[in-house]
Amino acid sequence: MNEQEQQLLLQIADDELILGWRDSEWTGIAPLLEEDVAFSSIAQNEIGHARALYELVARARGTTADGLAFDRAPNEYRNSRLVELRLLDWEKTIARHWLYEQADAVRLERLKRSDDPDVAGLAAKIDREEAYHRMHAEMWFERLKDEPRFTAALDELRPLLDEGREEHTAELDELWDEMTVVRRSQPAGTKW
Amino acid sequence: MNAREQAFLEYVQSGGQVEATDWMPDDYRAKLVKFIEMHGNSELMGVLPEREWILRAPTLQRKLALTAKVQDEVGHSQLIYRVVEDLGKPREQCLDDLISGKAKFHNVFHYPTKTWGDVGVIAWLVDAAAIISQKALLKCSYAPYARIMKKICWEESFHILHGRDVILTLMNGTDAQRELVQEALNRWWAPLMQFHGNPISKDEDPMYVWRIKSQGNEEARQQFLDGYVPQIRELGLTVPDPNLRKDDEGVWQYTEPDWDELRSVVTGHGPKSQDRLDLRRRARENSAWVRSVVLERAA
Amino acid sequence: MIYEVFRQERKGQPYQHAGSIEAANDTFADVYAREQYGRRGESASLWIVARDSVIEIDEFVDELNRNYHRVDGYSLKEKLREARERAGTAAPAADR
Repeated sequence: MNEQEQQLLLQIADDELILGWRDSEWTGIAPLLEEDVAFSSIAQNEIGHARALYELVARARGTTADGLAFDRAPNEYRNSRLVELRLLDWEKTIARHWLYEQADAVRLERLKRSDDPDVAGLAAKIDREEAYHRMHAEMWFERLKDEPRFTAALDELRPLLDEGREEHTAELDELWDEMTVVRRSQPAGTKW
Repeated sequence: MNAREQAFLEYVQSGGQVEATDWMPDDYRAKLVKFIEMHGNSELMGVLPEREWILRAPTLQRKLALTAKVQDEVGHSQLIYRVVEDLGKPREQCLDDLISGKAKFHNVFHYPTKTWGDVGVIAWLVDAAAIISQKALLKCSYAPYARIMKKICWEESFHILHGRDVILTLMNGTDAQRELVQEALNRWWAPLMQFHGNPISKDEDPMYVWRIKSQGNEEARQQFLDGYVPQIRELGLTVPDPNLRKDDEGVWQYTEPDWDELRSVVTGHGPKSQDRLDLRRRARENSAWVRSVVLERAA
Repeated sequence: MIYEVFRQERKGQPYQHAGSIEAANDTFADVYAREQYGRRGESASLWIVARDSVIEIDEFVDELNRNYHRVDGYSLKEKLREARERAGTAAPAADR
């Protein structure tokens, strides 16, 4: 796996990790209890995808998935601006979800054609799970598409899909601080 | 009690069960709704102390396990509120009463979680105390509730394994990690001892009389101590009650829990009661429009 | 709308009532049932059906005690003992 491919995988992994966290912020407070449970599975899948991607890159670099997920500095993450925003309004969350799933589908198609069989294989697995995410996003899109606040959210968020991979908002710094506070309380290599 | 109610009482006391559409005494129905509703409220409120730690989980594995655990609890509240709804009280009314403080939830969910040690102690000991109560509901005279308890107990068993794993990893780690566990245990012991409720005799406990639960409060507490004091001590931890000991009859003796504290906490005066109810109120207000769009009725 | 959920634990086993969910329509019900009753891989298959579509039958009439339909309507043990005695092939003492 060359450096360029590693960077691409890290980009996707970072997107999935941060989005997975943002999606799990709805746990316990989603608009409907049944939806709360469903959306939590989506969040878990995203974190699971991040983990699998980190593991591939970790093997190439001689480190661990947790090391890549937690032990880099905030400015080393390559996620998009779209995923790092806290969007605790349902129309914005769904708008982001719908936009992200579409862009991700395109990205995964390319990865499925990778020369590296591990990468292609993982991309195929992830894509099969994402099919369920896309179905969920479509379901909500159908229900909300006539709501002005939803179409406004789509317009507001669409430009952020590929923005800000090199430069992050203060929100990411705060997120990173909290995400790593327990881990940083003990020496590197401590088991949790 | 009239003859029909008496017959019903004898029926449930000899192991009989009823379904949603069967006749039941008004008192039975009212007590049942209140009990089950409190359980649903507790599962939903129990999410709030733990969800903060999903972000802070120190490994991806722990992050996933904790998210799945909390998801289960939301799932349990869904199962439980559906049962209450089929008994005649709609979910939205339950949530109204929870937020207004009219309905209660268990004491342990009114306290703060301060460290990763709390995450371990909650999944290991608080969930253990809860499972003991839940197992006593598996033979509930109200069959729809007994049936969901089966699913709930099965899922809770994963939580205890996760809790134990977190604790054992900490206890096998650094001094600071071991200290996290002891410190958390020191804070959680009193709420744990209050959890099963005051030692009302089971024949005076309507929940037992109607066979909604199959065990009295003190019995549950003794079971908890039997199961978990040895587990706590074998790790080198100290239970913060110098009076805790098993007497010659095999009964655990302990410092009398503060029943005033319990009463005060469950009526909404716990350290985090209002904060958490406020969070729930705000989230609910914010998403009311979603419910009216999706369910096409007033939120 | 309330949907009833029936789950099949393993292929070949009967579908059993597992609970109910509230959903706006069949699509939402599919997503929600799949999560509540399948996220741990605990079901091989689910049937979901709107509660209003379920027809419940819970009253059965048997005024004249139709024991010919049931196993307890026949006392085979006595007749078997008599037949074996007649044929001289009486079963071991434990059977009596």
